[in-house]
Amino acid sequence: MTQGKYEMVVGLEVHVQLKTRSKAFCGCSTRFGDPPNTNTCPICLALPGALPVLNEKAVELAARAALALGCTLHPVSVFARKNYFYPDLPKGYQISQFDKPLATAGSVKVDVGDGEKSIGVTRVHMEEDAGKSLHDRYPSATAIDLNRAGVPLIEIVSEPDMRSSKEAGAYLRTLRQILQYLAVSDVSMEEGSLRVDANVSARPVGQKELGTKTEMKNMNSFSGVERALEYEFARQCALLDRGEQVSQQTLLWDAAKGEARVSRTKEGSHDYRYFPEPDLLPLVLHSEWLAGIKASVPELPADRKKRFTDEYKLGNEDIEKLTALPLLSDYFEAAARISGEPKGAANWVMGDVQAAINASGVPISEFRVRPADLGQLIKLVADGLVSRSAAKVIFGQMVETGKPAAQIAHDLSLVQVGDDGAITGWIDEVLAEHPEEAKRYLAGEKKLQGVLVGFVMKKSAGKADPKRVNQLLTSRAGAG
Amino acid sequence: MAVTQADVIHVAELARLALPAERLDHLVSELNGILAHMDVLEKTDTSAIDSNVSVPVDSTPLRSDSSGPLPMLTSRESFAPSIRDGFFIVPRLATHEDAAADTAP
Amino acid sequence: MTFPDFSRLSATALAAKVDGGNVSPLDSINASLARAREAGAGRESLNLILWSNEQLARRDAASLAEGMNRAGKGGRLAGIPIAVKDNLATLGLPTTCASKILAGYVSPYEATAVARLREEGAIVVAKTNMDEFAMGSSTENSAYGPARNPIDLRRVPGGSSGGSAGAVAAGIVPLALGSETGGSVRQPAAFCGVVGVKPTYGRVSRFGLVAFASSLDQIGPIARNVDDAALALEIISGVDPNDSTCSSRKVDTYRDEFLPLATSAEPLDGMTIGVPEEYFPEMLDPGIRALCERSIDLLKSLGAKVVDVKMPNTALAIPVYYIIAPAEASSNLARFDGVRYGARAETAALRDMYAETRSKGFGDEVTRRILLGTYVLSAGYYDAYYRKAQSVRGLITRDFRDAFGRGIDALFTPTTPTTAFAIGALTDPYEMYMSDIFTVTANLAGVPAMSLPIGRVGGLPVGGQIIASHFCESTMFRVAYALEAALGGEAHQ
Ligand SMILES: [Mg+2]
Ligand SMILES: [Zn+2]
Repeated sequence: MTQGKYEMVVGLEVHVQLKTRSKAFCGCSTRFGDPPNTNTCPICLALPGALPVLNEKAVELAARAALALGCTLHPVSVFARKNYFYPDLPKGYQISQFDKPLATAGSVKVDVGDGEKSIGVTRVHMEEDAGKSLHDRYPSATAIDLNRAGVPLIEIVSEPDMRSSKEAGAYLRTLRQILQYLAVSDVSMEEGSLRVDANVSARPVGQKELGTKTEMKNMNSFSGVERALEYEFARQCALLDRGEQVSQQTLLWDAAKGEARVSRTKEGSHDYRYFPEPDLLPLVLHSEWLAGIKASVPELPADRKKRFTDEYKLGNEDIEKLTALPLLSDYFEAAARISGEPKGAANWVMGDVQAAINASGVPISEFRVRPADLGQLIKLVADGLVSRSAAKVIFGQMVETGKPAAQIAHDLSLVQVGDDGAITGWIDEVLAEHPEEAKRYLAGEKKLQGVLVGFVMKKSAGKADPKRVNQLLTSRAGAG
Repeated sequence: MAVTQADVIHVAELARLALPAERLDHLVSELNGILAHMDVLEKTDTSAIDSNVSVPVDSTPLRSDSSGPLPMLTSRESFAPSIRDGFFIVPRLATHEDAAADTAP
Repeated sequence: MTFPDFSRLSATALAAKVDGGNVSPLDSINASLARAREAGAGRESLNLILWSNEQLARRDAASLAEGMNRAGKGGRLAGIPIAVKDNLATLGLPTTCASKILAGYVSPYEATAVARLREEGAIVVAKTNMDEFAMGSSTENSAYGPARNPIDLRRVPGGSSGGSAGAVAAGIVPLALGSETGGSVRQPAAFCGVVGVKPTYGRVSRFGLVAFASSLDQIGPIARNVDDAALALEIISGVDPNDSTCSSRKVDTYRDEFLPLATSAEPLDGMTIGVPEEYFPEMLDPGIRALCERSIDLLKSLGAKVVDVKMPNTALAIPVYYIIAPAEASSNLARFDGVRYGARAETAALRDMYAETRSKGFGDEVTRRILLGTYVLSAGYYDAYYRKAQSVRGLITRDFRDAFGRGIDALFTPTTPTTAFAIGALTDPYEMYMSDIFTVTANLAGVPAMSLPIGRVGGLPVGGQIIASHFCESTMFRVAYALEAALGGEAHQ
């Protein structure tokens, strides 16, 4: 247990697939899961003579993301070719950005448990994805599918500002949430729309200079990243303890075995021969265009949490849950505003709404019960027109039929009766049917009130407003 | 700057060219012969150009996200050296990692 | 069967006959095909043409005739047979860049420039021989053997668009497309005694042109006279959504500007033409020098003011070119890996497949340039070579800007330092590179330039070069048209 002597230093490179309909440099669809090579054309197949033309939407999404990460967007950025051979890289080079990237010098505020920490974002640049190589499909061949080749990506490079696997995990989760709010990507590690490479090194606590870093690749979940970092940190600490050197290399994480293997790629043999892409002019962003992009940046998670706390007076735990996903959080807010009952809306959204969405499997944007409908239902309960238990029944019907709450309440005769005449009538009947209890209650035995209310509710088939029943019974006892 | 045999071998690796050993010496002297003519550039004063950073530039034109794919009048099968179930086929690599090792520059 | 001889007719004259119904598209195409056979344009003799499909050409002619019946007209190039350099993507015929690595490859899409000529009624009758991937100045570096100059079969037609220039010179087609990176249209045009144009960089879409050096490449027309070349350029120029480097500037109607000057006594009145001394060095062939001087005298007699001008960085052009062009080429040619198209060496390991496919597929000159280009971009050398070359390229561009900024409308120079040399005569690569010494500057600066025949030395054609400022093709054509007329038939004798 000598790890305490050392400090972990982590920087992350995150590749994020941008949510566009067509690829970065050609009109082919970016759809996932189509038959192999059906979404390819002369450009993304790198046929002789084909040329790239940049997708406007990709620039918009990249710029929006860079702005939200606090970066300075450069009015002129330059695409460059990164040259290397790989069968799923059709041109023999990747169009990327190198010495003049889209944006630099941002930061992300991350909640690291005992407070907030700012993680620097070195740069955000645009590039294109490669295709896919399938090594296990045929016994004697590797199969190449270029449907993904040319899909637009941004690469988000952080500063080596993280000091633990937990901080790295927190940074990644925060980053993912921001990107979800921005609606620039599906950010799914499973589908490969978010990919993480980590640079990790260890140094004696108190030392200023960075140790030799290794690059960790092939993680396929955030927890996998955390585990890989722990593993690699422990390995480096053990080396340093023995007085040995960490050698700069690329490691591949094996999630199943919980260990990393050294990549056979020779380190230092990479020579990408970057040079400015002559088939594209520099990307020039004008100030009016930038203003439009700025305006398109929505409220980000941190701001929304703060505002929800101030406006809706909800607890921390509720706020975290309600702001986890942007659409759910929009849904909550609309329901809260329409009903005027934030606490009620919060309970509904975190409870029945979430459960119904999970059960149905439809995205929240297609969920039948719109926030306005839920707001109406909450209002019915708040106004005493529908009981809590009736509201659950009504909600179930809303999910199924999409009808408004008031109509369902009416059709199923679930509207509460608050009318004193009817309630008094039921009370009279109950007192008459239960003379013994009536006598004792009127004589001052208050604990019987619950039992009597229950009888009244039963007699009214649940329609009596229990609040009013209580009030009327109390006044009867007081009079007696 | 003189090109060595090692340079040529390295560059040939990067460029995925197999050079027959007997051609190496010849190529080294040929490249050196050509590059000797380039030395004149080193002596050229380009400070006026290098410092000129404020040249206005045209932006690369942007394409609409909804522009469809360019049509292909013949199928991929018509030009692919090896294609199976729609996949382009290359000699087998056991894993992605092997592939990286096999092809990394 | 004998066909009428259209081999001396200009494209505009022949198109007028076809459009007017005096000649059928099929007759026009048949005449061209017959001429090609008669001249021995194929592999067996001149080796100017790599691929042609007579049936396909006749079918195109028939469908043009059908279209003309319906529409009543056939376009500005109705029924004109054209030859297209083999590095331009064409439907129906192979596109191999005269390389083994693209053996058998037929493009599933067509180059914009070719499609635009077809839209005006032109019919592709041949894909022409060239230096492999346009790397060369003689059309000797072809996987299909050297092409021959139709003026003198022992000599090269120049290159890399030697097949296209030769096909026009041999009377097979009145119009052809070539491509330029460092003079590959102008130099063979000069060697074959025809007109060749390199437009402003960005004037013509490069879409479908197999890239050699993307920042230098331009497609250009080759024709028997200035008028045809101007018409062809007008047709292929202009914005293309498929090429990001293609300019959206309006295309001038070149012919409307120079044709009315035909009757003028001093058509170049008010123009200043610069003669840069750097383009008249010691080593210049004395016969070429004399012909240039005569042309300069003619330019004066046409009303132009002729002034001396200095282009001090001219000597740096070849070194700059032979860094930038191979560097870009090394990257552009990476896609030829045997994975998706073209020839493939069958091997057990992927790495061997790459290396063998490329080593067997590329010829010596291409291999040499890929190595050179990879070297100048590689770690540790980028700044000394590539970055420095780009800066010096800026100096060369500034030379032109300065000259044109000082009131000079066009420059006049020889196109080449020598006439067509004998096949096999140049063995040292750098010596061969020097044959582009007067042309490569225009590619580096991006300015338009053209070569037109200005006479012969020892029976071999000599080209005079006119260079204008960016997008000032109109000015260039005006000078060329007037000079061509003043030279009369002389230039071709
Ligand atoms: Mg990247
Ligand atoms: Zn595509």
